[in-house]
Amino acid sequence: MILASAGNILVWIVWVGAGFACLASGVAVVSFRNPFYSALALIGNLGSLAVLYLLLSAEFVAAAQVLVYAGAVMVMFLFVIAYIGPRMETPWAGGPNWQSIAAVLAAGSIFLEIIVAVALKAGGRLSHSDHVNATFGTPGWIGRLFLTDHLLAFEITSIVLLIAAVGGVILGSHTKRAA
Amino acid sequence: MQGPGIAWYLGISAFLFGTGALGVLLRRNPIIVLLSLEIMLNGGNLALIAFARHAGNGAGQIFALAVMAVAASEVCVGLGLVVAINRRRLALDVDKLSELRG
Repeated sequence: MILASAGNILVWIVWVGAGFACLASGVAVVSFRNPFYSALALIGNLGSLAVLYLLLSAEFVAAAQVLVYAGAVMVMFLFVIAYIGPRMETPWAGGPNWQSIAAVLAAGSIFLEIIVAVALKAGGRLSHSDHVNATFGTPGWIGRLFLTDHLLAFEITSIVLLIAAVGGVILGSHTKRAA
Repeated sequence: MQGPGIAWYLGISAFLFGTGALGVLLRRNPIIVLLSLEIMLNGGNLALIAFARHAGNGAGQIFALAVMAVAASEVCVGLGLVVAINRRRLALDVDKLSELRG
């Protein structure tokens, strides 16, 4: 009993740390002027999200998050930022400031809308989660799901990635017409 | 389930989605718009995984992995666009890139 409550407190401490890091780095990504710093802050965001996924017993998704996002995608971002140079955003040139006010209002209303919708639809049922067994979220379990129940989604995902790679090559390649 | 309940994770997820939406609406550098889109997708992913844990069902985790693949595709195309814009010596500002003419 004492051991269980100590584990519970430990989970809470890890959750508070990861959650705070996640929120702070998310705000940092949006507020930095230099895109290089924003990309570095996004790596912190992805890492702390991987910790949250581990707390939700999604081991394979956490590993894929670190490998795919923090590994591959962020390297691509940093390469492109290094290629085009760290351009600062030009300050508002006396333009209409109502645009930023409207953006803040819209984002705040999206946030409130999500909270209200989730609370109305599922608020009473969120307190008690189902018990899951030890194989929940392991790579073998995910692989079996992918190749049995969700085979079509798996294959379509591979086609989407292939099309995106071809599109990236076409967009990035030199053409005579562009000159 | 030890530690905080699902509602806490959903709160973080909603805040991340709102933050990303703010970045997409407010920022004008296309690279930061793409980074904010990543934050929005990750907020959605966190909600999917939290609900998967809540229901004890694997479909949410499968969906989260599919979202990751779609996010990688989106970054691939988006960064290709940024490189193409940069090569044509256009301003990297989504407010000024309002013409679709070649």
